[in-house]
Amino acid sequence: MYYGQNCVDESPKILLYGYGNPGRKDDGLGPVLVDEIEQWIIRQGIRNVSVDSNYQLNIEDAYTIQDYDIILFMDASIEDIDEYIITRVIPSDKVNYTMHSVSPSFVLHLCNTIYRKVPSTFLLHIKGYAFDLQEGLTDGARKNMEAASDFLKGLLQDQDRLLDNIEPFCSINGFTG
Amino acid sequence: MGQKLTIEPVTRVEGHGKVTIHLDDEHNVVQTRLHIVEFRGFERFIQGRPYWEAPVLVQRLCGICPVSHHLAAAKALDVIVGAGPDNISPTAEKMRRLMHYGQFFQSHSLHFFHLASPDLLFGIDADPARRNVIQVAKDFKELAVQGVMMRKFGQEIIEATAGKKIHGTGAIPGGINKCLTIEEKMRFLIGKDPLNIDQMITWAQGALELFKDYHKKNKDLIDNFARFPSSHLSLVRKDGALDIYHGVIRAVDADGKRILHDVDYQDYLDYIAEEVKSWSYMKFPYLRALGRQEGWYTVGPLARLNTCDFIPTPLAQKELEIFRAYTGGKPNNMSMHMHWARLIETLHAAEMIKQLLNDPDILEGELVRKGSKTIEGVGLIEAPRGTLFHHYRINKDDQIEMANLIVSTTNNNTPMNTAVELVAKANMNGHEKITEGMLNAVETAIRAYDPCLSCATHALGKMPLEITLYNAAEEVIDVLRSELRG
Repeated sequence: MYYGQNCVDESPKILLYGYGNPGRKDDGLGPVLVDEIEQWIIRQGIRNVSVDSNYQLNIEDAYTIQDYDIILFMDASIEDIDEYIITRVIPSDKVNYTMHSVSPSFVLHLCNTIYRKVPSTFLLHIKGYAFDLQEGLTDGARKNMEAASDFLKGLLQDQDRLLDNIEPFCSINGFTG
Repeated sequence: MGQKLTIEPVTRVEGHGKVTIHLDDEHNVVQTRLHIVEFRGFERFIQGRPYWEAPVLVQRLCGICPVSHHLAAAKALDVIVGAGPDNISPTAEKMRRLMHYGQFFQSHSLHFFHLASPDLLFGIDADPARRNVIQVAKDFKELAVQGVMMRKFGQEIIEATAGKKIHGTGAIPGGINKCLTIEEKMRFLIGKDPLNIDQMITWAQGALELFKDYHKKNKDLIDNFARFPSSHLSLVRKDGALDIYHGVIRAVDADGKRILHDVDYQDYLDYIAEEVKSWSYMKFPYLRALGRQEGWYTVGPLARLNTCDFIPTPLAQKELEIFRAYTGGKPNNMSMHMHWARLIETLHAAEMIKQLLNDPDILEGELVRKGSKTIEGVGLIEAPRGTLFHHYRINKDDQIEMANLIVSTTNNNTPMNTAVELVAKANMNGHEKITEGMLNAVETAIRAYDPCLSCATHALGKMPLEITLYNAAEEVIDVLRSELRG
């Protein structure tokens, strides 16, 4: 869904992109957060932010992201983190894909290789706990998602300093490459 | 001292799979196995749920081919609600077909451009740092752009017909819940360059020419790599045409002799059984008529082109004639020709999409039909990677009390194991050092089948690639992790 038709020219075009399978419990953290944020964006009347979601990232997302200035990917994580972390995504040609999905850094690298564009890209890692075949997030994951959502809303409400505001978090957490 | 080599999980194969290769003291391959950690609890999970939820529920099984599961479930439930298997409305059938051909188009395109082309363009034993789609994008930019846009086009067809990208709801028991809008139809027909169907057909033809040209220059590899005799099974239309959505089951042996004569898939259990083996979670299906040892079969693009009599679209039919002539009309048992068959199907899918977009039935018509309810139904569909069975029985409270699924990759279990064994022996026997090229040869054989290992869970940090080398005493003597391979 794109809300940018009436955006002010100088506003950066921002894409929030959650990925994962909502039919596998906490794997759906990304798409569920996108659904929630989408409603909030509409209510706030924010016009330069688009949202998208899918089961997984894939090569066509290189085309999707080339049209934006800032990308915020959102995914479930089983890393050793608390509620969530955010990292800057750097292009990488590392072959870390499986047969039918690719990583954010791979998408970014492909975007650069084909379209010569490298939007500022970040990955919001949200801690999940269970990934079996059931709809719905665990209580812990929902709590983490709400914390991540508050963080995201804070960023989007102060867009002039969005990149400046993300940077300290990324400095702590490093890169996703 | 003998060695055991483990490749885990297989790169560029979805889900959790590993290959173990046992070497004797002379470094000869003595046993190979493709182990697949397939989720088998899904059938139990669906039990007790209202039957009408199944077409959406089953999409949880797989984030790779949710459309196939969605449609197979809907077809089984058509029978239960009294509308099937042959009586849903023309509008419903055509919308479902459009969704399905969209899926075929994107899935086959992804496989060729993203997974197969690096091996073909750079060579199976090329440096793994170069043998990937990024290098394709650098060295063959136009080809990479085509792959991206073909995949995107197919995905957009799915979104327009299924209603949304995740957990689509387009197909429901007895029909569909929406038609295509005129705007959607025109966008796909004459949309902004390059996202229109004529461009897709042109690119599909270009991909085929690329493969055929490569084949001419690399006949030995393409014809003899993982070549072995196999039976083949697929759906065909009642008149023998290639049909990936509906029809009857046909199987032929390696010489083309019919084994299954166009049987009704509602009776599949009369013809097909599944064997369990201690070392794999994935079952081994076989044709009852031939027994456990001889009854295994191949499904997927190669099988479909081996079983059908013709392709009902002109450009793909022309290509089928060339494909058939190469083996003198006999079934094609060359694993790498799976890529050729897949590209012919890609072209067919594009032609069918165009045909369906020009059909007025997709814009309006009867959406749902229902009749006398029954308690049991089977849905069969050709998923991109092969024949997919969904079988449900409901109780008096409309809850599913039995579900049985045989997925495409399960059908290909024995052929994939056979291919792994052949390639491992051909490439590794007698070699003291196992090279990256040898390992990739094994993976190339598996990738030809485009397996989907039923795992859409991909949370960050969850799927490292690890290759472990054991000696006969099961001591780890070498470990390769994913970052070392890329």
